[in-house]
Amino acid sequence: MSASADAPPGSPPGLRVSVDLNLCQAYAQCCYAAPRHFRIEGHEALYYDPAPAAQDRDDIERARVACPVQAIRVEDPERRG
Amino acid sequence: MARTSERAVIVGAGLAALRGAEAMRAAGFSGPLAVIGAEPHYPYDRPPLSKHVLAGAIPADATTLPGIHGLDADWHLGNPAIGLDRGRRAVLLADGRDLPYDRLLIATGTRARPWPNPHEGRLAGVFTLRGRDDAAALRRALAAGPRRVLVIGGGFIGCEVASLCRKLGLPVTLVEPGPTPLARVLGSTVGAFIGAIHAGHGVEIRCGAEVEWLEDAEGRLVRAHLVDGSRIDADVAVIALGAVRNTEWLDGSGLSADPGGVDCDASGHVHDTDGQTDPRIAAAGDVARFSHPLYEGRRVALEHWSHAAAQAVHAGRLLAGTPPGEPYGALPTFWSTQGDLVVKSAGLTEGADAVAITQGDPAAGRFIALYGRAGRCIAALSVDSARWLPAHAEMVAAGAPFPPHGAAADRPKAIKILEPGFS
Repeated sequence: MSASADAPPGSPPGLRVSVDLNLCQAYAQCCYAAPRHFRIEGHEALYYDPAPAAQDRDDIERARVACPVQAIRVEDPERRG
Repeated sequence: MARTSERAVIVGAGLAALRGAEAMRAAGFSGPLAVIGAEPHYPYDRPPLSKHVLAGAIPADATTLPGIHGLDADWHLGNPAIGLDRGRRAVLLADGRDLPYDRLLIATGTRARPWPNPHEGRLAGVFTLRGRDDAAALRRALAAGPRRVLVIGGGFIGCEVASLCRKLGLPVTLVEPGPTPLARVLGSTVGAFIGAIHAGHGVEIRCGAEVEWLEDAEGRLVRAHLVDGSRIDADVAVIALGAVRNTEWLDGSGLSADPGGVDCDASGHVHDTDGQTDPRIAAAGDVARFSHPLYEGRRVALEHWSHAAAQAVHAGRLLAGTPPGEPYGALPTFWSTQGDLVVKSAGLTEGADAVAITQGDPAAGRFIALYGRAGRCIAALSVDSARWLPAHAEMVAAGAPFPPHGAAADRPKAIKILEPGFS
């Protein structure tokens, strides 16, 4: 294991979110489900928080399942599988 | 299925590397798996760097990708590969160590093309934008409130940075030698439409212009001198001159590789300079040059996020011993968020002989442009019209006749065919 600026593997990396913006069509359902973590600017530019706080996981999960094109990927070390 | 005693090495630690590693694991590869990264960071998502990170919406280190935890990999970060010895089947690392492999994925990607004058390129205030540390440094410079930002190069990164600066309220000048921004990729007709939208938001666009040299005062950028003799006072300059593929470490390996990429056969395996496939090695992402089945086998190396992810999954399965069955040939797609404007495309515009606006209106800032070549649809571009893109992407994937039949859904008139303006 080489030195790294990140937390070493083994320690939980926290919630991670990525959105496939090729798929995103700005239906904005995520913005309703988790308004503090997803927002649309202009007509269809999605801005999202890729590293939300752990206590917001329920909002993030609601956003993930609400996406009509299933563009949101979430990694939650507390909920593996 | 690869035997579990076999060792896998992935060179590169970006999106393609991570997705390739995941795909190997998902396909049942259970042997040791090492990931080698030149940067000291775990794989991170690049698209937010030129958007969310520069905007200050998120810190650069929030871009670490999902999927790292639970991969069961040995990470060699901040320790770039400097050589490949196929005879001994080993990757040479910068710290002098060798990593033996039985299966190797090449996913070293690209780096920003530097400003041609190295001294000027190192001046305080002069930036390139490719990695996470680049984005963090540029963000600090933008947050400090520069008098003016100079963007050199009007491609996608240049347009993203320039429009983002306007979103931050910063004065910005974009200098592009071509006739319009994005002319090389989209043609000057569509490039002019998009350029007009950015100009409307206050980006000062200087096309047909070239920066000759950068002037400093005590090591800090103060202005740029253009070839036509004019000057632009700026304390931040972003060099956005495209990317160079990271293939130097393959020199002497016998693989067919050059600054345009490393060559792959139809399966995704790399081949050597004699055209012989190396079945232990595959490549994926920006660095992989391959024949695209949708484009008459034209050899391309694509710098697209979705391509890096999809081709890496293909290569990962291949290396794990469960080949996907057919050659990789996903329709190339990308997006670019330019300020609040979203530009998306499907297909490749190269060689287009016509372009049609099939939905919306460029003057209104929202439209679909469909590109044709020899009577077939080859690419579609949406500008703030993403929901219209999938139907057009299907036409491109099918090679549907161009121009399309009928009129635009939102306008009764026949579709006008324009000269695309590729030089």
